[in-house]
Amino acid sequence: MNALKNPAHRAWLVLMIATGITWYFGVIGATGTPYIIAMLIIAFIKGRLVILDFMELREAPLMWRLLLEAWLILVSSLILLAYWISLK
Amino acid sequence: MTTVTDTLAENTPPGKRLPGDLAIWFFILAEMLAFAVFFASYAFARASHVELFNASQDTLNRNAGALNTVLLITGSWFVVLAVQAAHRDDQRAVTRNIGLGFLCGAGFLIVKIFEYAAKFGAGISMSTNTFYMFYISLTFFHFMHVILGMVILSVIWLQSRKGAYTSKSANGLESGAAYWHMVDLLWIILFPLVYVMR
Repeated sequence: MNALKNPAHRAWLVLMIATGITWYFGVIGATGTPYIIAMLIIAFIKGRLVILDFMELREAPLMWRLLLEAWLILVSSLILLAYWISLK
Repeated sequence: MTTVTDTLAENTPPGKRLPGDLAIWFFILAEMLAFAVFFASYAFARASHVELFNASQDTLNRNAGALNTVLLITGSWFVVLAVQAAHRDDQRAVTRNIGLGFLCGAGFLIVKIFEYAAKFGAGISMSTNTFYMFYISLTFFHFMHVILGMVILSVIWLQSRKGAYTSKSANGLESGAAYWHMVDLLWIILFPLVYVMR
């Protein structure tokens, strides 16, 4: 389990599992608000892992970390808003 | 003898360093904003054509999309390992991991070309409907970014063979790596949005 001390290895493992879950939602033809929210949360977690552990912004000046995290929040919120409008 | 860079490195708190060049981060941010507009346009266009988007999305190959997610994430992971190797002056591991990252990118392009071939072979084009207009333009725009990322990785690979990246200077490698991770980050949103969410 020593390999998991490297944050990059941990991130890769979580990213693989998360991708598997999203793929599975596709296989079962998941539709509706709970799945849309679940998939957006998964995409958010994945994106954040890439930003913090792959781009190595966890230890970077806070402004850059926040700028990229804000992008993730912006994109997921806009997608959520558009899907919510489509249900009206 | 203490060089200027050594002094700078000593004076910068280890916890507060932006990897790579500042310029690449502005470039990355600009690219990400362009994609944000694209993603939002797709989602809002879908809101007024839900049935059309759902029916067309059903024709996409989700397995290929998921496989490509795995390839890009793994490619990104290899490039992180290359940066880590440079920081501990393991030159061979830098070159090897850049090479493996490049191969993952190549795998992505091959899978995508098969997907495009299947769609174009079925007579689908940008003008088929709004969904395909978005699907083709969005994924092709991203495809071009994968190609640019692979060009950058090739340059870095050649440099790494000359031992250009060390614990003292890995700026070029870190800048290229940051761009490559952006390509991965964009696909992480693109895949669920275009292939799965409905």
